Amino acid sequence: MNKWFKSGSPWIWLSAGGVSLSLISVLGLLWLIASRGLSYFWPAQVHQFELMDNQGNASTVIGEIYDRESIPSQQLVHLNLDLDPSEETVERLLIKTGNRELVSLDFRWILVPEITQQSTPEKLVVVERRTNGNFYGFIEAVIQDGKSVSIDTLPSLLTRVLELQDKIETLQKVEIGAINYQLERLRLRERKHKLQETLTLDRAQDIANEVAILQAKYQVLEKRLLALRDETARDQIKLRAMDDQIVTVSFADILKVTNNNQMNSFEKLMMFFSQIAVFVSDDPREANTEGGVFPAIFGTVLMVLLMTVIVSPMGVIAAIYLHEYAGNNALTKLLRIAVINLAGVPSIVYGVFGLGFFVYMVGGSLDQIFYPETLPSPTFGTPGVMWSAITLAILTLPVVIVSTEEGLSRIPAAMRHGSLALGATKVETLWRIILPIASPAIMTGIILAIARAAGEVAPLMLVGVVKMAPNLPLDGNFPFLHLDRKFMHLGFHIYDVGFQSPNVEAARPLVYATALLLVTIIISLNMTAVSIRNKLREKYRMLEH
Amino acid sequence: MSIALKSVGIRQVKNSLAKWLITLGGISVLFTLVLIFMYLLYVIKPVFESATISPVASFAIENEQQVLATGLDELQELAYTINTSGNINYYALKPDHQILTDDKKVALTFQESISDSKITNVIDAGENYKLLLDENNHVFLISPKFQTSYDTGAREVIPHISYPLGEESIAVDEQGAEFTHLSFAMNDEKAVFIGFTQDQRLIKTTLIAEDDFSYDPSYEIEYQTIDLSTNQVDEVLVTPDLAMAFIQNGDQVLVFDLSDDSDVELKATIIPQLAQSREKPMHITAMALLSGGSSVLLGDSNGKVSQWFEVATDNGRQFKQIRTFNVSDTEAVRQIHTEQFRKSFYTFTDSGEMGTFYTTSEADLWRGNLTNNIPDSFVISPRSDGLLMFTNNQFQLFSVKNEHPEVTWQALWQEVWYEGYPEAEYIWQSTSGSDDFEGKFSLVPISFGTMKAAMYAMLFAVPIALTAAIYTAYFMTPGLRKKVKPTIELMEALPTVILGFLAGLWLAPIIETNLPAIALLFIMLPISVFITAFAWHNLPKELKAQIPETWAPIILIPVLILVAYLAFALSPVMETYLFGGDIRQYITNDLGIDFDQRNALVVGIAMGFAVIPTIFSMAEDAIFSVPKHLTSGSLALGATQWQTLIKVVLLTASPGIFSAIMMGLGRAVGETMIVLMATGNTPILDWSIFQGMRTLAANIAVEMPESEVGSSHYRILFLAAFVLFIFTFVFNTLAEFVRQRLREKYSSL
Repeated sequence: MNKWFKSGSPWIWLSAGGVSLSLISVLGLLWLIASRGLSYFWPAQVHQFELMDNQGNASTVIGEIYDRESIPSQQLVHLNLDLDPSEETVERLLIKTGNRELVSLDFRWILVPEITQQSTPEKLVVVERRTNGNFYGFIEAVIQDGKSVSIDTLPSLLTRVLELQDKIETLQKVEIGAINYQLERLRLRERKHKLQETLTLDRAQDIANEVAILQAKYQVLEKRLLALRDETARDQIKLRAMDDQIVTVSFADILKVTNNNQMNSFEKLMMFFSQIAVFVSDDPREANTEGGVFPAIFGTVLMVLLMTVIVSPMGVIAAIYLHEYAGNNALTKLLRIAVINLAGVPSIVYGVFGLGFFVYMVGGSLDQIFYPETLPSPTFGTPGVMWSAITLAILTLPVVIVSTEEGLSRIPAAMRHGSLALGATKVETLWRIILPIASPAIMTGIILAIARAAGEVAPLMLVGVVKMAPNLPLDGNFPFLHLDRKFMHLGFHIYDVGFQSPNVEAARPLVYATALLLVTIIISLNMTAVSIRNKLREKYRMLEH
Repeated sequence: MSIALKSVGIRQVKNSLAKWLITLGGISVLFTLVLIFMYLLYVIKPVFESATISPVASFAIENEQQVLATGLDELQELAYTINTSGNINYYALKPDHQILTDDKKVALTFQESISDSKITNVIDAGENYKLLLDENNHVFLISPKFQTSYDTGAREVIPHISYPLGEESIAVDEQGAEFTHLSFAMNDEKAVFIGFTQDQRLIKTTLIAEDDFSYDPSYEIEYQTIDLSTNQVDEVLVTPDLAMAFIQNGDQVLVFDLSDDSDVELKATIIPQLAQSREKPMHITAMALLSGGSSVLLGDSNGKVSQWFEVATDNGRQFKQIRTFNVSDTEAVRQIHTEQFRKSFYTFTDSGEMGTFYTTSEADLWRGNLTNNIPDSFVISPRSDGLLMFTNNQFQLFSVKNEHPEVTWQALWQEVWYEGYPEAEYIWQSTSGSDDFEGKFSLVPISFGTMKAAMYAMLFAVPIALTAAIYTAYFMTPGLRKKVKPTIELMEALPTVILGFLAGLWLAPIIETNLPAIALLFIMLPISVFITAFAWHNLPKELKAQIPETWAPIILIPVLILVAYLAFALSPVMETYLFGGDIRQYITNDLGIDFDQRNALVVGIAMGFAVIPTIFSMAEDAIFSVPKHLTSGSLALGATQWQTLIKVVLLTASPGIFSAIMMGLGRAVGETMIVLMATGNTPILDWSIFQGMRTLAANIAVEMPESEVGSSHYRILFLAAFVLFIFTFVFNTLAEFVRQRLREKYSSL
């Protein structure tokens, strides 16, 4: 034993334990996010519990099992339950009961010993709604235009309403949105002329005419919108909740009616995929706690693309300078320290810098010069997608530099010498020989920068991200790309929904799903970058021999 | 030939052009870093500048009567005088936006008559109220106001007088005696006069609004006489909240409680310790109320000003001397003027030397002689950015640049005694619901929080990261290393917002309900590793060959998972038998430790995970690149693997490991999202593992979006960012420097 200790073997095992722990935490973390995130999409069984509490009151609870945990029975002593005294722990279940209009909390804990009967009735349906969350209950009647009809007509009635809803949405967002946008532009044009004192009578008349035309158009559209809305409210569905209350839900409010308990595995799988599709393509509902995350995905992608456009040339040029041009002098050393420090400065500091310098100083000046007509409401003097992209470009600059430089340093000197010996100038060598060979390394750097930017939240909170952006930064209104707009971001969405939302419990699965989406994007970006880099290393190794 | 030459020429031009462009691009990286540094400094700088006072205008006015009081509008465009004939005369300070020169006389632009009888005294009653006393002992209350109008197309400032208590005179004294001292304060429901009459009565007169003074000046009047054991009164002051009256009686100040309408009681007596030198008699020479009315400032003949306010002590609430300011070494303090909205005050001594001070930050902002003697009238502009002095029918207007008097290096890093607090403390509290709130900006609690979070994270991360790095670099087979290293480094790519979210919403509740399990894990995990190692050691040879020691990390994974599962299964049992069924109750009640759900333990673990890959990756590189001939030599001389590791490898790689830890620390210090989400963000000074903290970075993220641009708060948040910047700059540069040295050492070996 003593000898064994002296050999150092236990310490070697202990250090091996460090590796195991790290591996467990990485893989465990990924598994946790994946399992929780994916289970959000899987149609859950809906249970009906018959409960009997210690006073002999019977009640029924219907809902999905959300969580289960065991607690020491001593913590429940004050409830005076007649529990099995030999059991030290009691299991309890968290049930998502939905039906927010009937009960104040759509979650409740039930103790397993109180359950007298548990079943999964086939007739139980889950109604996904636009407001008030899910409804769990039994369909009592389907009412078409005031008359009760067979339940079988439900799918066709629902399809009709959903088509109407699509029309409403296009009308509202695209057509009416465009008119509002044009009206606002006209108002600004008028104000601009007023400020510059060039508002002649003709111009004023022109603007007034245009406004009148637009408003007439708006009247027509609004009428159509109201008619469509009336159409959607034609049919209703009568539902019986767990406490036998009858609730009438208008079709206008319904997104989906599913019969989770009747589904076979294949149907569940199909639903699983359709839920994922809805999640990535839909707008959020109910203060971001329901629905999809499409605007957040869109915002993240657009911001990252803008950033890439800025950071790529800057990073590559800096790397070329450091590797190809810089002499071995104090300036180069300083530059290298600058690169290291840019990589090490906390991201929030970039946020503070971006807010002060870009938003207030540069943006404020731009507003003074180019957009005096909108003042005092700022155009670029407020956080927005452009400032976010620029701020993150500085933040990810060292990533591109380091990666590109590594690629450059692996190119064998013989290739440079060959090119120069054949009479090419230095820049020709760079452009024709070096950069094409180094392009995978540059690609790696850019991908790593994108992965970093996609996950960064702290600076964005200061320079442009919002919890709910009314408009996407890219739309059908001229000039199409609105760099001054605020945007939504997946990472911030996680923070906001997980920590700022009014109903954290209900929002939690959605946060896991969003986290899974973000992690998937970032991990796959990273893996791509790493595999490109590894291939490149192999290639250079072959070039050297 | 010529074509070829030309093309060579163009190519050369292109070549050098590219060179210049690329050089420029390269240097721009350095430029960016310098820009960030300079910009942060540029925003912070005004905070530490002391006040500057510069003359704007000086001019004489024509006036037959003696001027009793002067005043100024908010934008310093109009000044007014109240003279003995009861007229208010207005003078434009910036006619046609021209600066007035010395010899220019300014014409009267507007006149308004208040009273027909001769005014004998004007008392400044704070908040833009003036009390006018005439020769018949009538008292008038006026409030000169200014309105901006655009009716004529251009901007005009129109003065008018409002009478909050009616245009009629107020019968302040029942007997109509003359006042030697009078003080006044009012709110919407009540107005209170405290006066001392010629016939030596101290009286309190209360006007109770019939409805609301903000729109209806009618009132009922109540008279009281306050018992006073002496008949000497040198000064009378009423606090704006109508709660207290300060009566200076020689070298002591009597404080009366006014909160009970029917009974005015002597609450306390302030007796400053004046006797410091025997040669000169020491007296109170000036008294003033600080903005907000909780503090009283006393100036003495020794040139000192002391601040006093009520403090909760063991013997109830008592007035205490909080701090003193040395105004002059030779002269007495004659006058103290306080600002309306900030805790600043101005002093005058006999020679007319003026001093500007800020109480809370103990800032000595400005000193000097603007005039040769004490001005007849001295007005601080409502926005505290200008001073108006009046002496011998001569106006002097000064602009004051003093935007951040509440911030000094001392106030940021030392204990500060705020009004209403029992003692000096380190407090960060930037905003509050109430209007007269004073921002409390001590960087100590949030810097402390940063340190605490970083420390717990490092405590957790360093052992795991270093052991993992040692094993991966030194013991692991190349095949396994190729897979393990990128897997652990993958963790670095995980967005911290996800780690923070998991820490706050998943880990924190788990830790809270399974505290015994977490404690158990810290003991059982290492023990289980040893047991496994010993078990493997005693395996039969054939089995050992099948499961080589190099598989240790893989063998340990199921063991560790099993141990963790066991610990969690045992947790409720332990809770029942050791901690009376509820460990949270046990910690709060029996141990007396406050317990937050989102505490330092959660942050330590979550941020530890964020830091592990940084430290692991760099330390692993350092250990792996220790030249092989060193280890081979050691092993050949008979040292065991472990001895070689400790004595040769780690020693050689120690600078690299050091720089890895530095980098990790830099990351932990600047991390925002994890702390933001995994702590309660309360700025407290407590090392307890069961309590949260607020860090510099999280503080910026929380408060920056709401802070007003250019305010002290905004600039202090920039200072916090600057502190972070410098912190990480030092760590990173040091780490990089050490690494460079190490690289040179390796290449020379």
